[in-house]
Order: sequence, then structure tokens, then C-alpha cells
Amino acid sequence: MNEVQKEKLVRALLYAAVGLSIVILPIIVVWVTANGVGAISLEFLTGRPYRFEYGGIYPQIVGSLYLVSLCTLLGGPLGIASAIYLAEYAPDNVVTRTVRFFTETLAGMPSIVIGLFGLQFLVYYLKLKTSLLAGAVSLSFMMLPWTIRASEEAIKVVPQEYREASLAMGATKWQTILRVVLPAAVPGIVTGVLLGMGKAIGETAVVWLTAGSGLEAFVPRTLRSPTGSLPMYIYLLATQGHTAEGLQNAFGASLVLLVMFLAMSVSALFIRNHYLRRLGP
Amino acid sequence: MVVKRKKKMRNGDMVSRILFLCASLSAVIVFLITAFLLREGIKVLNPGFLFGMTWSPHRGLFGIFPTIVGTLCVVAGAVIIATVIGIPSAIFLSEFSPFWVRNIVKSSVEVIVGIPSVVIGFFGLTVLVPFIRDNVGGRGESILAGWIVLAFMILPNLITIAEDSLRAVPKSYREASLALGATKWQTIRNVVLPSASSGIRAALVLGVGRAMGETMAVLMVVGNPETPWIPTGILDRVRMLTSTIAIEFSYAEWGSTHQHALFAIGVVLFLMVTALNLTASFVIRRKNIQ
Repeated sequence: MNEVQKEKLVRALLYAAVGLSIVILPIIVVWVTANGVGAISLEFLTGRPYRFEYGGIYPQIVGSLYLVSLCTLLGGPLGIASAIYLAEYAPDNVVTRTVRFFTETLAGMPSIVIGLFGLQFLVYYLKLKTSLLAGAVSLSFMMLPWTIRASEEAIKVVPQEYREASLAMGATKWQTILRVVLPAAVPGIVTGVLLGMGKAIGETAVVWLTAGSGLEAFVPRTLRSPTGSLPMYIYLLATQGHTAEGLQNAFGASLVLLVMFLAMSVSALFIRNHYLRRLGP
Repeated sequence: MVVKRKKKMRNGDMVSRILFLCASLSAVIVFLITAFLLREGIKVLNPGFLFGMTWSPHRGLFGIFPTIVGTLCVVAGAVIIATVIGIPSAIFLSEFSPFWVRNIVKSSVEVIVGIPSVVIGFFGLTVLVPFIRDNVGGRGESILAGWIVLAFMILPNLITIAEDSLRAVPKSYREASLALGATKWQTIRNVVLPSASSGIRAALVLGVGRAMGETMAVLMVVGNPETPWIPTGILDRVRMLTSTIAIEFSYAEWGSTHQHALFAIGVVLFLMVTALNLTASFVIRRKNIQ
């Protein structure tokens, strides 16, 4: 085989691989949409689950939204503050490197390990019970390192001239960060937080161990109430449901979850692309 | 004036201290995780646990060797499948692709990266498992199903990172090679791939780590036999380290050896995944130094 033939063969193989990727990547979204649309009705979205696989998913939808909102309220500001420190203040020394190392370690931590820790530390040791609070705090452990990473990136790409101009006008470092650097970094930070929220809303293992059984028929009233969530609901119905109605509901819940997830990740990417175009040449 | 400036400086100092406390919170969390896992898990963490062949909580036997082997089998196969599809896709996207194809694939990959794993598991359970049962054999819940589901989960990340590192290779390298009369493929194989290899290797190691820590999607398709054995074929059911924790935590009696064993599995998982992530960041750092 000469080089020209080889070139053709390689090109064909590469086309095949990318074709396969293009076909298989969207397959889940298409499959869920095709099967789930029929399950969506007003009763399904506003009703409560009963007898395991019947009824609606209103408490699960609200539970998932509560969990994600609370997790973002806890993890977001902390993550952004950490990122400001790492990007603007941190001296290059052993302490900073250690902090960075642990942030990376936390980012790579398997979610089931975080769930196990949440169960032992928050649920039993701090006696929070399996509850909205325990679930949201555990989720924020998972989200924190991702927020830090994204925010730090966003802060670092703010041009150095911005800072110099502000400092030259007599602003303090903190004033510069607050009034100049952060406003310029907001789109990047928002993107990072939205992507983190997308991860959190689809997370199953963590909420399984810390938030509740998943089939709760009531919207959580307090921070200490057990909280149902869409991923747990889907898991239970998919693995233990045995009626057509149960399967139908699992598809419906999957579609709702997917729509929430896509709303977060697509708007995140939209903001980022829009912002990049504005900053770019 | 002087007093005011001093006060401002003290304020700045205060701010930096508070921010430092926030930043060190991650370290505190990791420290607490390690402490709590070890406190519970250390009691059973011994060679008999790691190399024991039988996992049977009601008989008091806690050996995770078959589970470790099962996990490694599933992860290895998944990473190989994802590599075979993902690396050529990345090469295509960075070297051959028209702009619009690249745009479409890259953005769909980015959206899909975080798709809820339970939905992927649901797909595996209702489509893949019956398909394997009817067309390949066995129960359907198998290593094979685990491979496909996990490969699907790590593919998007792999494509993204590999493509990024291929595109980071300077254009002048390619031009020099082409100017010497090399074909495009020769250029890619002898110039572009070697320069991008550390990034691609890091992507693979990260993929292995992610695959090993993945819980839900795999759990739903690998069968999780009550007493796992060392798999002998790709249609065997297996248990993963992660799925053992997820399935059994709710009926392990609190304070029993069973519970300690689950935490010990957590420790093993934590160590394996962290070691992989460290390897990846080491590979990346070495590239940056070069």
C-alpha cells in the first residue's frame, strides 16, 4: 500500500469514527424525548406519587429545585471567594500549593464517596437526618471545586491592564477586585456556576445517601424534611417498577430532568460563547 | 491620611484572611472525608479484606477481590472502547474537519458532558440490556453492557481534552512537515500526535478515574450479583466498588462490620481515584515544564 492509499484509508476510518460519535452522542436525548413526551400532562407535573409507581412528580420536581438552589447558595459564594483568593491573593508557596492540591482532589472525588461522607458526617454525626439540608450540603461539597476552577479561570482571563488602571487611580486591591475584576469576570463565573448546577441536579448517588428515599409524596417543609428528587425517582422506577405506567412515569421524569439539565448547560454555553465573542478580537 | 491608609491596609489584610479561610475549606472537607472514611473503615482494612474471595455479609465474609477485578475489567474495556472512537474523532475534528462540523460536534459534546448518569443508566437498562439478552446471550446485565454505558459516559470528555491538546500543537510544526513532502497522515502520525501525546495521555488517565468513580449508570446495567465472583467472560454479571456501597448502605446495620466494610471500600475507591488524578496532573505538569 502506498502513502496515497494509506491516506485515503485513514481518512475513511476517521470519518467512520466521527460519524459514530455524531450518531451516538445525541442518542439519549432523542430517546428520552421520543418516549417521554407522551407521559407529560398537567396531572403528572402537579400530582403526587402514590402506590410506588403511580401519580405525578410534583414533590420530586420541587425537591430537586430546592436541593440545587440551596446547594448553589452554599457552594457558589464560597467557591467564588476561594477563586478570588487563589487568583488574586495567593502567594506561590507551600500553603497555596496544598490548598490547590486538595481542591483538585475534591474535584476528582467519586460522588458515592462524598455521599458516604455526607451520610456519616452530616446525617449521623451532626444529626441532620436524611434531609434537604444534608443533601444540599453534600451536593455543595461536590459542586465547590468545580465552581472554584471555573471562577478562577474567569478571573485570570481579565486583562492585567484593567487592574493596573484601577490601582493607578488609587483604588485599593480589594476595591479593584470588587469594582473592576469581578464585573469583568461575571459571565465566566455564571457559566461555571450554571454548569455546576447542571451536575448537581442530575446527581443521584449523593442525594440517595443523604436527602431521602426519592418517593416522598410531600414537598419538604423545613430544612430537616426528607426530600424527594427526580434522579432518585427515575432510579427507583427504572429498576423496581413493573407496570407500563411506572415505565411511562420514569420516561416522563427523565424528560423533565433532562429539560432542566439542558436549560442550565445550554444557557451556560450560550453566555460563555456570547462573552467570548465580546472579549475576543 | 496616614491613619486612614493604615486602616485600609488592615482592611485588605482582613479580606485576604477571610478569602484564605474560604479557599482552605476544600482542604478541610477533604481532610474530614479522609478522617471519617478511615475512622470507620480502618477496622476491616487488611489483606484479608483486599484479597478475600468471598463477599457475603450475612455470613460475615467481606472480601472485595472479585469486586476489584470486576471493576477493573469494566473500566478497562470502557476506556478502550472510548479511546477507539474518541481519539480518531478528536484527530478528525482538529485536523480534517470543516469548521461547521467541528462546531456542531464540539457544542453537542459540551452539552452532553454532564448528562445525568441515571438517565444513561435508564437507557442502558431498558434498551441495551434487553438487546444484549436477545442478540448476544446471557442475562443481558453484563460486563459488556457496563462497557458500553461507561464508554458513552467518558467519550465526551475524552474527545474534548484530546482535541484541545491536538489543536494546541503549533501550526508551524505541521507546515514544516508538509513542506518536507510528508502526506497529511504522515504529518499527523509523526509530528502532531507525538507533540500532543502527553495531553492525550492525561485525558485517558482522567477518563479511567472518572469511570472508576461512576456509580449510577453502571450500577443499573452490570447485574450486581449477591456474591460476586471473578468474571470469566464478558457476559458475566459483576459488581463495582461503587455499586456495592450504593446498594448495601441502606441495609447495613450501623456500627456493624458490614458498615465498616462499606467505608473501607470507600477508602479503596478514594485512594485509587486520587492516585489516577495525581498521575494525570503530573503528566500535564511535566508537559508544561517542557
